[in-house]
Amino acid sequence: MQTYLSVQTADFDIASEIDSLKSRGAGALVSFVGTVRDSSDDASLIALWLEHYPDMTEQEIGRIIKAAQARWPLTAVRVIHRIGRLSPTDNIVFVGVASAHRDSAFEASRYIMDYLKSAAPFWKAEETARGKCWVDAKEQDLEAMARWEA
Amino acid sequence: MKLVYFAWVRDHTGCAEEEMSLPKGITTVEALAMHLASRSDAYHKAFHNVNAVRAAVNKEFATGDTIVSNTDEVAFFPPVTGG
Repeated sequence: MQTYLSVQTADFDIASEIDSLKSRGAGALVSFVGTVRDSSDDASLIALWLEHYPDMTEQEIGRIIKAAQARWPLTAVRVIHRIGRLSPTDNIVFVGVASAHRDSAFEASRYIMDYLKSAAPFWKAEETARGKCWVDAKEQDLEAMARWEA
Repeated sequence: MKLVYFAWVRDHTGCAEEEMSLPKGITTVEALAMHLASRSDAYHKAFHNVNAVRAAVNKEFATGDTIVSNTDEVAFFPPVTGG
C-alpha cells in the first residue's frame, strides 16, 4: 500500500493530491477536505490557529493509517494536516483513500477523519475580534470515534 | 525530566517546556500534575482540574496512573481538537 503523511504549514493542491492516489488496482478514490469556516460559535472568525506535538502527531497519524489498512483492503492513503495560522476558506486537512471498490474507500476515509479529530495531538484556537480562544473538544467527535470500536 | 505544555495549559504555565527534577515520592502522572498545581497560582489554574488535562509520557498518551521517571518527557495538554 502506498501511504503518505505530512504535517505542514504549507497549503496543498487538492487536485494533485487526489491524482496521486491513483493506481492500476484502484477503482475508487475518496477524498475529504476540511476547511476553515468564517464563524465560531458566536463571533466572526478572523483566523484559526493550529498547533501540534511534533513527532507524536506523525506517530499517531501513522497508527491511524495502519489501523485503517488492517480493516479495509486499501491501495493508497494520503493524510495532510496543516498547522499554524489559517484564514477562512483555507484548507486544513486532506484525507485521501484509494481502494479497489468504493465501500472500503468511503468507510476508511470516514474512519481516518474520525480518529484525526480525537486521537492525534492537535489543538485549535479561534481568533475573533475579542481575542484568541482555545476550542473545546466535542463529545460528538469522541462518540464518532467510539462507534468504530463498538 | 522534561515537561512540555500545549494550548491553554501553556498559556497558564507561561512556558512551552522546562526541565525539572522529579521530586522524591512522585511516581505517577496524576501525582506530578498535583505537584505542579501546588507550584503557583498560574500553575494551579493549569493543573487543578485533573479531568480537564490530558498527558503523554515519552510521546505516548498516558493516564493518571502512568508511571513517570526522572528521564521522561511528560507533556500536559487539553483534550485534542484535530481535523
